[in-house]
Amino acid sequence: MNMREEIEAAAARYPDQRSAIMPALLIAQKEHGHLPGPVLEEVADILNVERIWVYELATFYTLFHTEPVGMFHLQLCDNVSCMLRGSEDLLRHLEAVLGIKKGGSTPDGLFTLSTVECLGACEVAPVMQVGDDYHGDLDIARINALLDRLRAAAGQTTGADLTAATPPGE
Amino acid sequence: MFEPVLLRNVGVPDGHLLATYRAGGGYQALAKALHEHTPDEIIDLVKNSNLRGRGGAGFPTGMKWSFVPKKAAKPKYLCCNADEGEPGTFKDRIIMERDPHQLVEGMAISAYAIGAETAYVYIRGEYTLAIRRLERAIAEAEAEGYLGKRILGSDFSFVVHIHCGAGAYICGEETAMLDSLEGKRAQPRLKPPFPAVEGLYASPTVINNVETLACVPHIVMRGPNWFRGIGPDKSPGPKLYCVSGQVRKPGLYELPMGIPLRELVEDHAGGPPPGRKIKAVIPGGVSAPLIPALGLDVGMDFDSLAAAGSMLGSAGVIVIDDSTCIVKVATRIIEFFHHESCGKCTPCREGLNWVVKVLRRVETGQGAPGDLEQLKALCNGIFGNTFCALGDGAAMGLRAALAHFEDEFVAHIEEQRCPFNEKHAGRELLGSYG
Repeated sequence: MNMREEIEAAAARYPDQRSAIMPALLIAQKEHGHLPGPVLEEVADILNVERIWVYELATFYTLFHTEPVGMFHLQLCDNVSCMLRGSEDLLRHLEAVLGIKKGGSTPDGLFTLSTVECLGACEVAPVMQVGDDYHGDLDIARINALLDRLRAAAGQTTGADLTAATPPGE
Repeated sequence: MFEPVLLRNVGVPDGHLLATYRAGGGYQALAKALHEHTPDEIIDLVKNSNLRGRGGAGFPTGMKWSFVPKKAAKPKYLCCNADEGEPGTFKDRIIMERDPHQLVEGMAISAYAIGAETAYVYIRGEYTLAIRRLERAIAEAEAEGYLGKRILGSDFSFVVHIHCGAGAYICGEETAMLDSLEGKRAQPRLKPPFPAVEGLYASPTVINNVETLACVPHIVMRGPNWFRGIGPDKSPGPKLYCVSGQVRKPGLYELPMGIPLRELVEDHAGGPPPGRKIKAVIPGGVSAPLIPALGLDVGMDFDSLAAAGSMLGSAGVIVIDDSTCIVKVATRIIEFFHHESCGKCTPCREGLNWVVKVLRRVETGQGAPGDLEQLKALCNGIFGNTFCALGDGAAMGLRAALAHFEDEFVAHIEEQRCPFNEKHAGRELLGSYG
């Protein structure tokens, strides 16, 4: 299915097209990597809804990115359970080895580093989500090994295809 | 030894597949409900079981269902709250990842009871594995006739759709979730009208948590008296406890409702790391006021924790040991609420902004005399003055930290430094938060 067909299939689940904006934005973001203005307008046109309705969701929910993110979006949880198990040290380490501050991206476009609120995997804190996948029980050695794996995976891919680059959860 | 109910398939290989679920007696409760009971009888069973909502509020589930009008011009909806954003909570994720059919069966029986033909499962978008496994479970159930038209030869038809969230804690609040499902920014609604009368698309709607719905097939199979026999009569049943933080064996534990917090943390979860002592425990996600070590004999159920000045909430049990600065924990929690405030109510949106500023300066050794009074006044300005419980949760948590650990706050202000700073190397990272 192309993006339009996927969005139309999602919209069929709801009695009101407006409900389909959120799933449509997730589909569009998977397709484009992020959600620039023209993509938001395309979503509005496909669903035949007000553009402002689409803009307001794209800017309210944190999983939507209106700006580009790196091929690998490192989302380190720094909420209480992860903080109590060392997430601050991991953030400092990531900032040092990547040479960026949180919120920033490496110049090669490989990594964007963010801190996020609780990922709901506190039994394996500290936790980081990369693409679709959770990585738990992290320490500095495991972070280094993960970065190596991601860099190696990036060498084998041509585009911003996160699902191909990260080991599937299933 | 308590025999697991909700987690019985979690350790089983391929526990997420229909074949495994059915081999353990899965979908027999749905058949029993459809063939032997009327919808009203199912509501009575659940009422008599004293099942209370596992999402945090503890409202009696059967009573919530009975508020749905029997005759309605509009279609009725069941919504499953799988947004699970309360920090320290991961139970619903594990049910959906490891035993999603338990939820599907629970939804089908619940929908039959309230007369809904459509359900939406609102799952937080980060839970990609749970989403994939629930999608697969729904497809398997449709293929085998447990969902769809005229289920198991009855007159009952029912479909389940997944709706992925996109990162907003407030969506766990049920009316904000409904606005989000309708394609709007997630902001809580004024109640009444309550969702049971006017919910999704202004239709009668029941919103239940994943764990609540997962209890339903067991109540149908084993009866309300069995359920009430586990734990306190007014707050009974098997319960999932999420233990995290500074504890030797963090994890998800299924035990009777009402188990003493001390037994959960010290016996089951192994207590604090070697050489450390427990300083405090947050018993129900960060919205729940912390309990100092002296209070750990409290029972983990809705009423006992309320009487102790805290709440069971989502049963996200976060253990804090004596190496940790309570001011730092309190600051991080308020930063979370500040970040997640939806912006609708002024006391929460603006009040938490000020609370964060004051707490950060106290924690970094720049506190001023009068800051603690300022914090208390801000809590008074927020508590009870907002549409939803987000602001209340923030205020209650901070009040408890101030009440039980005022000496730590005072030390930060008097010494103009964090007494725990040697271990934690400053707060500059969190200071730049957001």
